[in-house]
Amino acid sequence: MEKRVTFKGIWLPLLLVLPQIAITAVFFFYPAGQAIWQSLFIPDPFGLSMQYVGLGNFEFLFSDPFYRASFLTTAIFSILVTVVSMGIALYLAVLADRLIKGSGVYRTLLIWPYAVAPAVAGVLWLFMFNTRVGVVTWYLGLLGYDWNHVLNGEEAMGLVVVASAWGRISYNFLFFLAGLQAIPKSVIEAAAIDGAHFWTRFRTIVFPLLSPTTFFLLVVNIVYAFFETFGVIHTITSGGPQQSTTILVYKVYSDGFVGQDLGSSAAQSVVLLVIVGLLTIVQFKFIERRVHY
Amino acid sequence: MTYKQLMLASAIPLTIAGPLAAQTEIEFWHAFTGRLGELVAEQVDTFNASQSDYTVTATHKGNYSETLNAGIAAFRAGEQPDILMVFEVGTATMMAASGAIKPVYEVMADSGATFDQDAYIGSVKGYYTSSDGNMLSLPFNSSTPVLWVNRDALSEAGIDPDVDLSTWEQVGEVLTQLKDAGSSCPMTTAWQSWIHLENFSAYHDTPFATQANGFSGVDTELALNGPAQVAHISAMGEWAQDGKFIYAGRRNEGGANFRGGECALFTESSAGYAGIKAEAEFDFEVRPLPYWSAVADEPQNTIIGGASLWVMEGQTDEEYKGVAAFLNFLSSPEIQAKWHQDTGYLPITSAAADLTREQGFYDENPGTDVAVIQMTAKAPTDNSKGLRLGSFDQIRGIIDEELEAVWAGDKSAQEALDSAAERGNGLLRRFEQANR
Repeated sequence: MEKRVTFKGIWLPLLLVLPQIAITAVFFFYPAGQAIWQSLFIPDPFGLSMQYVGLGNFEFLFSDPFYRASFLTTAIFSILVTVVSMGIALYLAVLADRLIKGSGVYRTLLIWPYAVAPAVAGVLWLFMFNTRVGVVTWYLGLLGYDWNHVLNGEEAMGLVVVASAWGRISYNFLFFLAGLQAIPKSVIEAAAIDGAHFWTRFRTIVFPLLSPTTFFLLVVNIVYAFFETFGVIHTITSGGPQQSTTILVYKVYSDGFVGQDLGSSAAQSVVLLVIVGLLTIVQFKFIERRVHY
Repeated sequence: MTYKQLMLASAIPLTIAGPLAAQTEIEFWHAFTGRLGELVAEQVDTFNASQSDYTVTATHKGNYSETLNAGIAAFRAGEQPDILMVFEVGTATMMAASGAIKPVYEVMADSGATFDQDAYIGSVKGYYTSSDGNMLSLPFNSSTPVLWVNRDALSEAGIDPDVDLSTWEQVGEVLTQLKDAGSSCPMTTAWQSWIHLENFSAYHDTPFATQANGFSGVDTELALNGPAQVAHISAMGEWAQDGKFIYAGRRNEGGANFRGGECALFTESSAGYAGIKAEAEFDFEVRPLPYWSAVADEPQNTIIGGASLWVMEGQTDEEYKGVAAFLNFLSSPEIQAKWHQDTGYLPITSAAADLTREQGFYDENPGTDVAVIQMTAKAPTDNSKGLRLGSFDQIRGIIDEELEAVWAGDKSAQEALDSAAERGNGLLRRFEQANR
């Protein structure tokens, strides 16, 4: 079935992939190599001297209980952000897909939050949930709930998850909606005639046919939660209270750019590199098998 | 137009402006925005207009951390500015980088400028001097913590607004009275580590770290878990549990609650003056920071926070002359007195403080001299000269985390401070290793 285009010789294909390889080399292999090299040293911030410590940076990292806890924090955070943003996006997409009148307006409104930068989204949510002057905090106070994410780790985690997922819902919504519209109506109609209810149709036809989109979004969202939520965490909690929202990427930043500890920061980048590599392998080896293209 | 033509065209105005180009340009990177940014720009403009040899170009490079990072990155690329503003916690980092900075006293000596180090207030410059007493950087904006009081809130709770609040014992009683009278926020604070541990230690003449708070060597260890500090944090923890001390955040988040009139007492920098004066719709007052009479018979001095100006290595002699002229200009009594009165930051020279007094500023704005008196009443000791710790920004982060655990009731003061010391020491050892 598969069509294969074959080139004669090796030079043309090489030339065609060269730009991509060059970009990967300059923007990925070179910095990644540098990070691995730097992780073996403790340099001073100004680059005046370097102390070779072998794997000392890694020993220092893994002997820190807060760093080990940060793995769990990252896992909880990423899973929550992915599940919340994809779940709500799918729900909205299914609703929007059934809409006949005014769907354009509705869709545009749903896509809007995507245009908001993570740091700005963080500030917006922070205003609403500010422990002393926030609107939501005030309403919660009327209901008898004392919201204080400054001291309560679970509330802080909840807030950064919501703020991170919020902008992401739009992005996921777009893809889900496109995926839903690509499903032939005839299939669904046939099932409807056979007496399948909405939920049955969704479970047995729509969701399986949507699996390539879902898989793609799963990969993209986990990467997002890992790397791009930095702005939200920085503005809302700065990793606190008591490091309950310090995800791995945030720690790379705070050790490297606040603490000027470039050795430890480089070692953490290497650890992240390994984790993301493993995650990608797992996703493509095990989850992609269940995807129907 | 081709690129070459464009280059030629843009070069013409430069040639015409020949005499101007002979001015030596001094690059100055700072971290101020808003009102403070305007005031810095004003100082620079005044300097540029006052002479024709040098032009200072001031550039905003983000907040304190970002400005330091920008300076470090620029140094690594060989593009460093002449003057870099660095906040006080970055002091040890800058001092350790002897190949990257040129000490201010050297800059002054080499350029032949007049420079009297004794003219600077001891407890202000002390933070930035070497162990043999030479100034390494020029203090720029320095403040110290004081107790802000909402007099109306005290009256409403049936407390005499002139009540003595000089000791924490007395403050504790007032907090109880406020709470009993239904206050939702008897006390809050800004910068908890700076005020309630760093300054607390200096004020009670107790070490915050060994090796004279890091002044004598990088092999320093945190001593912030001593009995005095534990007693204070423990009392604060109890107040937090009882709703007498309301924790609002790590930075100056609590300021909004005080300025809005919700909180009766507020421990915050003296530089909070401008904001409080502008916003508070109640009768407020500045009091000296309280001390525990059980720990000390009378308080030592408090230490400063803020930033200083560091001169970077690798510039021409001509530029260093300009830098020296600019730093001397900034230290002059008129400029300093204006800065002190506009911002609430401390004057860096005694002459500027005297000038401010002569101008009648302290009489017109009662309480604005509390910070100056608190800083200068006693000669600083090894425990109250300042702090010089590597990775200090991160150590403050650790302290913040541990204090939050106390306020939330998760840890006792002893546990939290022991843990803070242990974790902080790990970072100090790494800093020692990086700067061997």
